[in-house]
Amino acid sequence: MQPEQQMNLNQDPKINVPGEAKEKGISPFRMAFRRFLKNKAAVVSIFVLAIIILLCLCAPLLTDYDPIEYDLLKIDQKPSSEHILGTDNSGRDVFSRLLYGGRISIIIGFSAMFFTLVIGVTLGAIAGYYGGKVDNIIMRITDIFMILPFLVLVLVIVAILEKVTIQIFVTIIALTSWPSLTRIVRGSFLSLREREFVLGARAIGASDFRIIFRHFIPNAIGPIVVNATLMVATYIVIESGLSFIGFGIPEPTPTWGNMLSSALSVRVLQYHPEQWVPPGLMILLTVLCINFIGDGLRDAFDPKSNKR
Amino acid sequence: MTVTEVLEKEKTSQETILKVENLKKYYPIKGGILKRTVGHIKAVDDVSFTVFRGETLGIVGESGSGKSTLGRTILRLDKPTAGKIIFEDNDITEMGNRKLRPFRKNMQIVFQDPYGSLNATMNVQQLLEEPLIVQTDLSKKERTELVDEMLEKVGLRKEDKIKYPHEFSGGQRQRIGIARALILRPKFVVCDEPVSALDVSIQAQVLNLMSDLQDELNLTYLFISHDLSVVKHISDRVAVMYLGQIVEIADKKDIYREPLHPYTQALLSSVPTINRKNKRERIILKGDLPSPANPPSGCPFRTRCPFAHDICKEVRPQLKDMGSNHRVACHLHA
Repeated sequence: MQPEQQMNLNQDPKINVPGEAKEKGISPFRMAFRRFLKNKAAVVSIFVLAIIILLCLCAPLLTDYDPIEYDLLKIDQKPSSEHILGTDNSGRDVFSRLLYGGRISIIIGFSAMFFTLVIGVTLGAIAGYYGGKVDNIIMRITDIFMILPFLVLVLVIVAILEKVTIQIFVTIIALTSWPSLTRIVRGSFLSLREREFVLGARAIGASDFRIIFRHFIPNAIGPIVVNATLMVATYIVIESGLSFIGFGIPEPTPTWGNMLSSALSVRVLQYHPEQWVPPGLMILLTVLCINFIGDGLRDAFDPKSNKR
Repeated sequence: MTVTEVLEKEKTSQETILKVENLKKYYPIKGGILKRTVGHIKAVDDVSFTVFRGETLGIVGESGSGKSTLGRTILRLDKPTAGKIIFEDNDITEMGNRKLRPFRKNMQIVFQDPYGSLNATMNVQQLLEEPLIVQTDLSKKERTELVDEMLEKVGLRKEDKIKYPHEFSGGQRQRIGIARALILRPKFVVCDEPVSALDVSIQAQVLNLMSDLQDELNLTYLFISHDLSVVKHISDRVAVMYLGQIVEIADKKDIYREPLHPYTQALLSSVPTINRKNKRERIILKGDLPSPANPPSGCPFRTRCPFAHDICKEVRPQLKDMGSNHRVACHLHA
């Protein structure tokens, strides 16, 4: 036994044990995905969120009522077989508005997230990758945008513009919320800059573009994805909040926030819970699900974070 | 003169592959409200040496002596503050990234940390393929062939190339790192403490692998380490660094047999030996490495040197040839 071992050492043994060969390589993303699947709350949330989105997408199949068509002969009706959730104070079908409103709310949430992501990641990547003066300039711009009072800005813009469209609304949200994401991306890029594998990529002569997209972004994707997810929830809440006080998407376009604003009237609040409880529940459920998913993603990407 | 000595001589009289002249790398220290430069960390301070084709030049020194910075600056991963780096008669000191790219093919680096030196999101195939994608126009098939060949050379199985770095042990990862550095068939490789993060048993394997590959691919190594026995094992010549300067540089056998600089003597006396006859008297150095932001005047070693004189305070000693290319920077040998 002894001499054989000796020989092995000299011959530079191939260290792998045979039989292990068929095992597939497990990428860090696959590992994160496996950890995510173990998080029950997050997996359930994915299903619930999928159902909500599916319901909203299939709105035309589920209801025949036009969400903005009013019928003044049938205002404030209680739920019936004709109107599942009754009608609101303009005689519009609440169920139909709930589904179509969900579309708008969710579209606003996701598209504002996407928009923020584009601005935030681009600027954060440039600042973190190049550092120095570029970083300084971008971070000062970020600081300026960060101190803009969001609510006041929105109120002013909405007051100036006659009609706030979804596009304008999304743009306003994105333009005021990108700084925090920029800071996160910049921070993780700065810490990656000095890592040896990045120096190694420089040593083979890789272009900046290649280093950013093949080395930086895959290694910084965790916080980016987690924050992007949580942003959607925040944006849906912002939309609802602003619509509730009348500074969001204007009527008659249905959104969950617009529907909630009917509860401003004490009469509806007291006698017609079927008009405001469903949109409230939908907002609650959607935001809760997204937050659970975000938490699940965070734990999956950074396994140390959930060991409290 | 014995045969080995003749061969040794021949080796060192070979052509120069890399020439470093008065290289300096200072890092500014920013201070005050206005972030003005208030001083410099002199990581590498006026270093000159040459590396000959096919040899291994070992660089030893304690932590903070500027060994790694020297290696990185030579490869232009850091911009030198002053001095010249001449690789195969081309001055690469001032080149921009675009101009450097063709040279990068010939100069590679193996890092110390087998965990941090590989991108965890890429599998072995992607890791080894990347240098080929960046530097050559080979087709996917040709690249895969080269990857398989290289994996075999470093003692890994090609079935493993779909695996990711976290699925390998430290020694295996270091092999991947070596394969990645060598796949472009470079002429010159900086080995930045390639084995110091590994177990002693694995160290020997990796060192032997590196020696074998050196012979096979005709490589020149700049081997950075703080481990004197590792450097003794692999080097042809050894340079000793202290506080960003080279204090002694000579053939391995000369420097280990007859160290001239007091610092080298102290370093070598700290190596534990089994053989009683060769035992050196242990020299204990007093004090710590001075701050490279505020190095002592004159000789950098004078604050800890047991033989320091007045002249050491005033004049910085230059490297002086003491015969057979044994050069030392010390006033004792003036």
